[in-house]
Amino acid sequence: MSVAAVDVPLTPPASRLARIWEFLRRHPTIAIGSALLVLVVMTALFAPYLGTIDPQALSPARRLRKPSEVYWFGTDMLGRDVYSRVVYGTRISLVVGLSVAILSALIGLAIGLLTGFVRLADSIVMRVMDGLMSIPPILLAIALMALTKASVENVILAITIAEVPRVTRLVRSLVLSLREQPFVEAAEASGTSFVNTLVRHILPNTMAPLLVQATYICASAMITEAILSFIGAGTPPNVPSWGNIIAEGRSIFQIAYYIILFPSIFLSITVLAVNLVGDGMRDALDPRLARRM
Amino acid sequence: MFAYIVRRLLATIPVMGVVALFVFSLLYLTPGDPAVIIAGDLATNEDIERIRAKLGLDEPFHVRFFTWLWGVLRGDLGISIFTNLPVTRLIGQRVEPTLMLSLCTLLVTVVFAVPMGVIAAWRVGTWVDRAVMAFAVAGFSVPVFVVAYLLVMLFSQALEWLPVQGYKSMSEGVGVMLEHLVLPSIALGMVYMALIARITRASMLEVLSQDYIRTAHAKGLATDQVLIGHALKNAAVPIVTVIGIGIALLISGVVVTETVFAIPGIGRLTVDAILRRDYPIIQGVILLFSLVYVLINLMVDISYTLFDPRIRY
Repeated sequence: MSVAAVDVPLTPPASRLARIWEFLRRHPTIAIGSALLVLVVMTALFAPYLGTIDPQALSPARRLRKPSEVYWFGTDMLGRDVYSRVVYGTRISLVVGLSVAILSALIGLAIGLLTGFVRLADSIVMRVMDGLMSIPPILLAIALMALTKASVENVILAITIAEVPRVTRLVRSLVLSLREQPFVEAAEASGTSFVNTLVRHILPNTMAPLLVQATYICASAMITEAILSFIGAGTPPNVPSWGNIIAEGRSIFQIAYYIILFPSIFLSITVLAVNLVGDGMRDALDPRLARRM
Repeated sequence: MFAYIVRRLLATIPVMGVVALFVFSLLYLTPGDPAVIIAGDLATNEDIERIRAKLGLDEPFHVRFFTWLWGVLRGDLGISIFTNLPVTRLIGQRVEPTLMLSLCTLLVTVVFAVPMGVIAAWRVGTWVDRAVMAFAVAGFSVPVFVVAYLLVMLFSQALEWLPVQGYKSMSEGVGVMLEHLVLPSIALGMVYMALIARITRASMLEVLSQDYIRTAHAKGLATDQVLIGHALKNAAVPIVTVIGIGIALLISGVVVTETVFAIPGIGRLTVDAILRRDYPIIQGVILLFSLVYVLINLMVDISYTLFDPRIRY
C-alpha cells in the first residue's frame, strides 16, 4: 500500500497520503502484513546486492560450517552458502505464489462464469470439479509432478490445477446469487445486453471475494511448493527454493539444524505476511464477515 | 433418513468415478511419453518397453481404463513398477502407522482446539481471545515440517523427553507406540487445530448472542452448563463440518509428517513412490485417500441430525 503511494502522481498529495494512513491505522493487520511483504519483495528484488554470493557455488573445502560472521547462516553439505541460497529462495517462493494466485484466479473466474450462466456446462463441469475437490490438493499436485519433469513452471501448473476447483466453486456461487439480485434483474429487464450486464454488474461484484481468495491461494501455494520440494516432487534440486534447502538439510539436521531453521523462518514469515494481508482485506471488504471471524 | 443415506452413498459413485478417470487419464494427458518419464533419465530402451507394457500403454485408452477400473473395483490396484508387488498389498502393509497417526492427531486436535475456540468466544476481546486468534493465524502460516523440526529440536534434542523419530507398532506396546506418536501428532495437527479453533470461536460467537443464551444465564444456570449444554451444542454443525473438510489437510500433512519422523506409513510409501516414479502406487494412494475423504464427509453430513434435531432428511 505504502509503495503505491510513492509511485502514483498525487493529485492532492496530503489528502491521499492521509487517507492511506488512516486506512492502515484502522486495519493494523494489513499494515503489518504489507510492511512484512514489502521487506520480502525487496529481499527478492535486491538478492544480488544483499551480501550474497552465487547460491549454486560449490566449495567442498568449507562444508557444514556453523553460522558465523563470514557465513551468516552457515554452509551446507556441498559447501554452498545457506544465507545466499535462502535469500535467492525468496524469488522462487514469490514467483510460485503470485503465478499460482493469478493463474488460478483467472482460470477459476472463466470457468466459474461459464458454469454460472450456461446450464448445460454447469452440470458437467461441476461434476468434474466435485471429483477434483475430493482429491486432497497436495496429492493432486504430487500426481501431476510424478508424471512431468521437475521444473518451476510445472510446479506452478500442478498447484494451479489443484487450486482451480475451489475458485470455480466460489465464482459460480457468487454469479448464481448475483443473478438473483434486484439490480441485475433491473438491468436485464431494461434491456441491457448480456455482455454489458456481465461486465458492468456481475464482474465488479465478484472482484472483492476473488481478490481475498487469491491472497489465500498465494499463501497456500507457497506452502505447497515447499512441501513438494521437501518430499522431492517439486522444483529441481539445483534450484535454491526454501523447500529444497530444507530437504537437503533433512538427513543431517541433528548436526546442522541451521540449514533447516533459516529457510523455515523465511517461509513462515512470508506466508504469515500474505495471510495477514488476506485477513485484513477480508475484514475491510466485508465488515459483516469480519465480526464473525 | 435411511433413504437419505442410500441416496448420498449413491451420489459418491459419480464423484469417485471422476477421481478414477482423472487419476487414470493423467498418464495420458501429461506432455511427453509417460513411459519415458517414469523410466527416468538412466533408462534403457528395454526398460521403457517393459514399463510401457506393464502400464498397458500399448492398448487403446478406453480398453485400458475399463480393464483397470474393473480391477480396482475388485480391490486390484495394479502392480508396482519398482517392487513388482501388488499395490493393494503394499498399501495394506502401511495402513496401521498412518491410521494410528491420524487417529492420534484427530484426538489431540479436537481435544485442544474446540475448548480453545469456546474459551476465546466466551472471553471475546480479552488477551485469551487474542492469543487464540494469534495462534490460529500462526498455525496457518507455519508449514507442518517447520513445526515438526522445531518440536524435535526442543523435545527430543534439547530436553530428550521423546524419541527423535521412528515408529513402534501396537504389538510392541501401546505406551511405546504413543511415545513415538506424540510429536508427529502435534506437528500434523497444528494447521488443523488453527482451523477448528477459528471456526469454533466464530460459530460460538454467533450462538452466544442469541436470546436463549441470555435466558439460560438469567434462569441461573452455571456458566459451563450454558457454554457446553446450550451454546456448544447449537454451534456444533459448522464445527463438525470443518472437522470433516479439514481431513484433507490431515491427509496432505501425513505425507510430510511421515517423512520427517520416518514413520513407515502410506505417506512414506507415497514419497518413496515419487522418488522412484512408481505411478501405480501414487494412483492407488490417491484413490484410497479420496475415498476416505468422501466417506468421512458423508458421515459428517449424516451426523448433523445428532447435533441439530431441526435438520431432517
